[in-house]
Amino acid sequence: MTQSPQAPSGADLPRLPVTLSVNGETHELTIDPRVTLLDTLREHLHLTGTKKGCDHGQCGACTVLLDGQRVLSCLTLAVMHDGQSVTTVEGLGTPDHLHPLQDAFVRHDGYQCGYCTPGQLCSSVGTLDEIARGVPSHVTADLDAVTFSAEELRERLSGNICRCAAYPNIIAAVTEVHAAGDGA
Amino acid sequence: MKFEQASPPNPIDQERVVTRPFTRIEGPLKVSGQAPYAYEYGLPEAPTYGFVLGAGIAHGRVTRIDTTQAEAAPGVLLVLTHENMPAQARSDTPVPQQREASPQLSGPEIRHYHQAVAFVVAETFEQARAAANLIEVEYEVTPGQFTLADTVDSGKEPKDAVDSVVGDFESAFADAAATVDLTFTTPDQSQAPMEPHATIAQWDGDQLTVHTAHQVVHWVRRGLALTLNVPQKDVRVVAAFIGGGFGTKLLFFSDAVLSAAAARLLGRPVKTTLHRPLIFNNTSHRAATIQRVRLGADPDGTLHAVGHDTWTGNLPGGDSEPACEQTKYLYGGEHRQIRTRQSELDLPPGASMRAPGEAVGMLALEGAMDELAEKLGLDPVELRLRNDVQFDPEKGPKRPFSSRRLAAALRTGAKAFGWDDRPRAPRERQDGEWYVGYGVASAFRTNLVMPSGATVRLNPGGTLTVETQMTDIGTGSYTVLAQVAAEMLGLDLNQVEVKLGDSDFPQASGSGGSWGANSSSAGVYAACDELRRDLAQKAGYQSANAVFRGGKVWQGAECTELSELAGKGGVEATARMTYGDLTEQFMQAGFGAHFVEVGVNAHTGEVRVRRALSVVAAGRILNPVTARSQCLGGMTMGIGSALMEALHVDHDLGLFVNHDLGEYHVPVHADIPDLDVLFLDELDDQSSPLRAKGVGELGISGVGAAVANAVYNASGVRVRDFPITLDKILAGWDD
Ligand code: FES
Ligand code: FES
Repeated sequence: MTQSPQAPSGADLPRLPVTLSVNGETHELTIDPRVTLLDTLREHLHLTGTKKGCDHGQCGACTVLLDGQRVLSCLTLAVMHDGQSVTTVEGLGTPDHLHPLQDAFVRHDGYQCGYCTPGQLCSSVGTLDEIARGVPSHVTADLDAVTFSAEELRERLSGNICRCAAYPNIIAAVTEVHAAGDGA
Repeated sequence: MKFEQASPPNPIDQERVVTRPFTRIEGPLKVSGQAPYAYEYGLPEAPTYGFVLGAGIAHGRVTRIDTTQAEAAPGVLLVLTHENMPAQARSDTPVPQQREASPQLSGPEIRHYHQAVAFVVAETFEQARAAANLIEVEYEVTPGQFTLADTVDSGKEPKDAVDSVVGDFESAFADAAATVDLTFTTPDQSQAPMEPHATIAQWDGDQLTVHTAHQVVHWVRRGLALTLNVPQKDVRVVAAFIGGGFGTKLLFFSDAVLSAAAARLLGRPVKTTLHRPLIFNNTSHRAATIQRVRLGADPDGTLHAVGHDTWTGNLPGGDSEPACEQTKYLYGGEHRQIRTRQSELDLPPGASMRAPGEAVGMLALEGAMDELAEKLGLDPVELRLRNDVQFDPEKGPKRPFSSRRLAAALRTGAKAFGWDDRPRAPRERQDGEWYVGYGVASAFRTNLVMPSGATVRLNPGGTLTVETQMTDIGTGSYTVLAQVAAEMLGLDLNQVEVKLGDSDFPQASGSGGSWGANSSSAGVYAACDELRRDLAQKAGYQSANAVFRGGKVWQGAECTELSELAGKGGVEATARMTYGDLTEQFMQAGFGAHFVEVGVNAHTGEVRVRRALSVVAAGRILNPVTARSQCLGGMTMGIGSALMEALHVDHDLGLFVNHDLGEYHVPVHADIPDLDVLFLDELDDQSSPLRAKGVGELGISGVGAAVANAVYNASGVRVRDFPITLDKILAGWDD
């Protein structure tokens, strides 16, 4: 039995220019077109807050906000986003000035190992915005009246796996921030 | 310091800081993305990137491996295979070891699917990955044994799960008024922590530093040093933040060994993360079991015959999945026959996953108890209460439990959950299109203690620093150890800094088997005890009378500021806690009870957990916030094991087919309702000066059985072949 070469050739690829605004700072990069947005953040900009759990769009650890909407940064290439702006967990808040959601995660113990946490946080920011904008989900009963509920949250955050299983605490944290109208 | 007698009163008993619900002290770093995990350390020089190529067969040998194209690919610095791997120590088993040599690329033999066959290092991750795909490998495939059910006759008694045979089981079982004889199966399961195994290795001359995702620092340090034939003192391991472990990071794998070997050859740092689809077959997993439980009881439910047989498999030299263990201790009965048989399989290595043994053994034992209760027409809570026992049933009253509040947990839980309101028969209660059912199971997990050390330093200014090799894999070590140190020295929590996971610090228990919090706290306790004596002496006080409170040490009405005693240079103490034979004299275990309500869809057979409660008695709860989270994690993984988690074996090709997070199903937000946890007051004087027991695995031990019993109560279908997927329920309705 033979395990055969799977890639077409070893020829080096041209690097391409891309300009990204990350957490309000502009970065001009010349980058291998195969580099995902995730690895651009982690390996090129040294913003390692965004995590790699699977690199295949199956865990949510790499969730960031791209022009305000949540995306899986492992499933998209940096060169596809010239001129766009990215918010990562580092852009939400710092240890001394936590975002209300970050603060609520600490108070509700909405994490354990912390590895899925940046993704849960960015996904929560995106989710609260989606609900506010009336974007329905699989569990929305009335498509014209999207309202906040724990069930909506659980559905919409289900792409963010937490193997430590802080799920009830995450839901409590996000619910509290929503109630305070602080989630943006 | 040696713990060999029941703990006398000590400063922890003040419970001024310990037992208080502090949130995690490292929390702000984690939620802002500032906590560095293994792969995330900045390096003084540009790193290189490693990529592991896994074998495409399960059993056989590599007959030709052609790396020419890969070596010529852009950016490639090195390609390692078994043909050019530097000398390593040998191992007589293909199963990676906790603290022994675990070589990689050691020969052409393939012992399991996705075993590493090549390692590419390049300037970038993309280059390394692309080049790995240019390697051509030819194999000779030899037949392997991939089917546990076909090997049960060849199973042998494993060293780590010896038989417990008392009385005459067969006759007692034959004579019993009521019996059950049931066979259960549990599948292979994956720990699947969210952080993949990852390592950065760098050499400075003969000194190796590895940042790696590992649960026990001194194990990986020793194992790696032995593997690479270098002295342990030349290896430094850093594991300050670990993105979950659940047992798989008790071992070290190709990322660590190959990064270290390649970094030495290249004279540059190498960083490698195992890509997710590799992890399921390349690293460890919990092995599948077949279990037969036979129980024989009087009409009133009193057990006389307790039989549990487990069949499990592994590669030669691997540990067993000791699914019978809890049956040795949980219930009374004078005739007992408890046996594990392990056979050889050519599947990937089996090893620890959260609560090895109990996690799957309780599915069988507690399912059988439910069926026995039904046969007897007894409340399943009552059946368990009638068989409660205060001593190790194998050894008799001469070996009592150090503490055991199983009955209290069952009673408290039944009341809090509303157990009396349960449906008395299957399909009795319906809510819309959902059948509703309740289930109960006991919780049990052996308590383990491990030697552990620490250094505590009173800094100029009066703050305290704790240093220990202990790890925090999400368990709360940072916070709990700060609480213990603050309690001992009479400080506030924010006056204590905790540094973990560095082999430069004193050797510690590490995280595994639920021993972490209690054992590492005992190490910090020992160091603080020594520091207290030094400081009292410095202040001119009798150390026995000295009281540490409010940043001062007191003798009567006299006091001295700690900051004064710290002076300009600070004062430090290093100590280690070891243990006598109290775990022999006393059987030590955590206990609890799980109550679950499920809905089973009347049309589709889909199961939803509607609510769940775990009542836990695990000695002193050092921090109720982090302990509760440990329980939530265990309960959720237990729900996963009951309803969805299974590695599916390709019985021809010998691999786990569903080797990614899309196909290996773990519980997600939508699967888990709000869960309840209640801690019972308990102090275990025989376990440690903290009077605590393990928590992290108690949550998983039994909860899956409570789910299964609730599914039966809802639907009338007994599924003993885990996980309980809807096809099995529909098939049950068809019969
Ligand atoms: S790393 Fe992107 S979804 Fe898992
Ligand atoms: S906190 Fe560990 S995976 Fe979510």
